[in-house]
Amino acid sequence: MKTDELITVLSTNVEPIDRRQLSREIVAAVILGTVVAIGTALTLPGMRMDLSAPNALTYFCAKIIFATVIVIAGTAYLLRLVRPGVVSPSKSAPVPWPPVAVAALATISLVSAPLWHWHNMAMADGWIECLVSIPIIAVVPFAAVVWAVRRMAPTDLARTGALAGFVAGGISAAGYALHCTDDSLPFIALWYGGAIVMCTLAGALLGPRLLRW
Amino acid sequence: MTAHEPELRRLMIAGQAGDAAAYRTLLDHLSRHLRGYYKSKLINYGRSSADAEDLVQDVIIAIHTRRHTYSPDQLFTPWVHAIARYKLIDHLRRRNTGFADIPLDGMTSEMEAHDDRDAVESGYDLQRLLAALPAKMQQAIRHVKIEGLSIAETAERCDMSESAVKVNIHRGLKKLADMISREVKS
Repeated sequence: MKTDELITVLSTNVEPIDRRQLSREIVAAVILGTVVAIGTALTLPGMRMDLSAPNALTYFCAKIIFATVIVIAGTAYLLRLVRPGVVSPSKSAPVPWPPVAVAALATISLVSAPLWHWHNMAMADGWIECLVSIPIIAVVPFAAVVWAVRRMAPTDLARTGALAGFVAGGISAAGYALHCTDDSLPFIALWYGGAIVMCTLAGALLGPRLLRW
Repeated sequence: MTAHEPELRRLMIAGQAGDAAAYRTLLDHLSRHLRGYYKSKLINYGRSSADAEDLVQDVIIAIHTRRHTYSPDQLFTPWVHAIARYKLIDHLRRRNTGFADIPLDGMTSEMEAHDDRDAVESGYDLQRLLAALPAKMQQAIRHVKIEGLSIAETAERCDMSESAVKVNIHRGLKKLADMISREVKS
């Protein structure tokens, strides 16, 4: 086929585009993922019932804020990654500040706590459940985000996949926080952080396969 | 190509708004530059330049189907460059050629470097691909996209609603683009 012919087909009566389509579709995928993650967390493990306990509400809010910051920051960077030529492939990725900040706070709280308390703070009963649940709940949000990103034009597939995993992990952490009763900063840093890192790595590995166009 | 940035950007923004003439000028211009770029790249990597036209068409289709990912507040040249480079790496990877040392900014000079219009045909045939589409999509695309009839005229001729014509064009072009991409990759 002649390239001229192709250009004629594509340019004749070309339709105007919707400038907000890109951000709208990605934000819609994030919201859809959040709804599913919350639904899953509430129906399978169920809502935590001890919010009236001392400090429970504080930690509950801390977890939700932690996850929300991850989702918003991750989505903002993802919106740049899906536009070709905005993020240079040679430029290193920005530091994920929310997990770093929580890890720092966790270290402070460990240092200020007596040594015999450390094991209880970091290795509460639910750590395996947390490390397994967050990646599982993240599957649907990840699929939703990947589906939206595939309609854009990511040119750095591993990095875009990693960000999709990071956002999905954040969404899932928010859902899991509704159920999780392990209230300590070291626990959040270690196991929430660890689960989100796992989601990010999985995204980086899957990105080049799933996002190719 | 940097010298053309303001002009290309203007054409792209107009094309996004539905200005067919500006869009056509843009795609013509880009196809010439892409042809020079891919020929020199493929030769550099020890490949025959015969695949260049397939790549040009694949990128033209990608630019078209993903034109909503260009934002008027970003530079246009890096946008095209990122797509062209992505498609080149994808092409070389499919053929298991080394690609690690593709320079990030080699496009400007080489895209200007040479362009010859001899080999402007790729290996596939638009008519044959069109014939593989469902009848309604074929009709809609032929009338609106090749003969240049309006949506309303086409709707009347084909006994479809105007929105049905639009949907058929949209889906048909997407299928067509998928078929071309598949042929380029096979």
